[in-house]
Amino acid sequence: MRFKEPLIATAGQFVMVWVPGVDEFPMSVSYTGDRCGITYQIIGEGTKALAYKKPGEKIGLRGPYGKGFSIRGKKLLFVGGGVGMAPLAPLVEMAAAKGASVDLVLGAKTRGDLLFESRSAVAGARVHLSTDDGSIGFKGLATELAQIVVGKQSYDCMYACGPEKMLAKLLTIATEKGIPMQASLERIIKCGIGICDSCAIDGKHVCRDGPVFSEGDLRRFTELGKSKLDAAGRKIPI
Amino acid sequence: MTNLAVDICGLRMKNPTMLASGVLDETGKSMLVVAKAGAGAIVTKSIGKEPRVGHSGPTIVELPQALLNAMGLPNPGIEAYAAEIAEAKTAEVPIIGSVFGGSEQEIAELAKNMQEAGVEAVELNLSCPHAKGYGAEIGSTPEMVETICRAVKETVTIPVFAKLTPNTSSIVSLAKAAEKGGADAVVAINTLKGMVISPEAKMPVLGNRYGGLSGPAIRPIGVRCVYEIYEAVSIPVIGVGGISTGREAVEYLMAGAKAVQIGTAIWKEGPEVFGKICREIQDFMDEFGYTKLSEMTGVAHHGRT
Ligand SMILES: Cc1cc2nc3c(=O)[nH]c(=O)nc-3n(C[C@H](O)[C@H](O)[C@H](O)COP(=O)(O)OP(=O)(O)OC[C@H]3O[C@@H](n4cnc5c(N)ncnc54)[C@H](O)[C@@H]3O)c2cc1C
Ligand SMILES: Cc1cc2nc3c(=O)[nH]c(=O)nc-3n(C[C@H](O)[C@H](O)[C@H](O)COP(=O)(O)O)c2cc1C
Repeated sequence: MRFKEPLIATAGQFVMVWVPGVDEFPMSVSYTGDRCGITYQIIGEGTKALAYKKPGEKIGLRGPYGKGFSIRGKKLLFVGGGVGMAPLAPLVEMAAAKGASVDLVLGAKTRGDLLFESRSAVAGARVHLSTDDGSIGFKGLATELAQIVVGKQSYDCMYACGPEKMLAKLLTIATEKGIPMQASLERIIKCGIGICDSCAIDGKHVCRDGPVFSEGDLRRFTELGKSKLDAAGRKIPI
Repeated sequence: MTNLAVDICGLRMKNPTMLASGVLDETGKSMLVVAKAGAGAIVTKSIGKEPRVGHSGPTIVELPQALLNAMGLPNPGIEAYAAEIAEAKTAEVPIIGSVFGGSEQEIAELAKNMQEAGVEAVELNLSCPHAKGYGAEIGSTPEMVETICRAVKETVTIPVFAKLTPNTSSIVSLAKAAEKGGADAVVAINTLKGMVISPEAKMPVLGNRYGGLSGPAIRPIGVRCVYEIYEAVSIPVIGVGGISTGREAVEYLMAGAKAVQIGTAIWKEGPEVFGKICREIQDFMDEFGYTKLSEMTGVAHHGRT
């Protein structure tokens, strides 16, 4: 979904999307530049109602919010799991345009869920596919393929977004290899402006301090890949 | 040598700033961050008996000098929240437990649970303007305020603060009722009931339609309320509403507040705003020759005819 209204956002930042009469929820920008946009998966009421919107219909947007990714170095590894590829796609394009060497490990449950494969290839990335069911590419988890890829070459930085168990495993790999890492995290975001505490992770706030965090914070988070808050603020396992 | 310390109903604070209820206080770790940033005390999120997810979004509208919010009292319920209080207590600043409920019995029971969880005082949210059956809906008549304060006082031994709503024709009568019911201090003000409509969507923006206004725009109202209450009661007054600088905190102190609470300022300035406000209060006192906070309390009432 692309927006007509101009919005100056960097990869990794998010917007709060209001579907009038239904709900408001956070979405990463998956297209930056003149025609900003988002890419979403239908999860519940809010995203379903969004999917019913026709071109030209109005929705509310506020933002962009949060801290995005920053490009560090020349040899970069990206790991996107499922719809987690959304915030990484504009970054892949930007890194490749700047002349960086870009490897992308793109994983999903099955072939049809792979997001932005050709967009990334067109941008100049070497794309390594993995599917849980083996319908295309490596059969297994994106983390297993990433482990193989990092064994072949050195990298200046790893960028990741996807299920948190995946991110936690990637952090271990990055730490072992001494690769700096940036990852975009997901929590329930309500206010989006750093006051309501619904997106708290170890005293930091995904909406304001994140959603992109670097390896220092990621290592310090005791909740990473383990627990999160539900909409009432109860700690629940991931 | 200026001294920012203040004792409020036996709670010893190293400075007069408290974190206001509902802002960065759903988790123990966030409360620790705010305490570390310099807050003299922490008020918890308003907690109820059962877990509550709050209102659907949008829950916030950003305005030039204010926020309009309708979070809808989301909270994990008192049982689960006890662990967050235990963690917040390691900050070694007083923790004040805020509670909301639909009847005096429910509120009194929650206050007791808070006391058992180890808070040093309890704050009664008699003033949230956007939750059906709670907050201002039960705290806008002097009779209810008095009844609730009395019920809580009969149940707990820790100090009881009554947080009042400005959405009434006379906040002074509510303050007097709280004092009569035995409250140890009053807190003023909670947010002002408001609405923002999206002309394009032809409907109110907030999921709950109505919300509560906070931030710089409401400060003159908060200061006025504290000023009026100070003249009408003899229990301490805690001032809240739109404070983001030391001078603005001093306004409340001079209106008669013994301490202040700060919430919305975190939006623009982060938790560091607490340290900043304390330094600015100190600078103000140094410049104008005050050595203790009590020398400023209520001075704006002097010289009136
Ligand atoms: C910073 C950030 C960026 C995101 N970017 C994308 C993206 O680019 N594409 C995409 O498809 N999804 C993205 N999400 C996830 C997206 O916000 C949720 O899928 C969406 O809110 C679900 O709403 P719903 O009404 O359809 O589902 P609901 O029925 O409301 O909820 C289903 C589940 O979605 C999650 N969820 C609900 N509300 C929120 C909320 N306010 N914040 C976070 N999670 C929530 C909860 O785990 C909930 O159990 C992002 C989340 C965050 C925090
Ligand atoms: C997002 C948000 C949530 C709030 N939640 C509560 C709450 O749960 N209980 C309560 O007593 N007050 C709540 N308040 C009101 C504040 O504690 C405070 O009284 C009010 O915001 C005015 O102070 P401020 O301008 O410094 O924010 C909330 C305010 C905001 C902005």
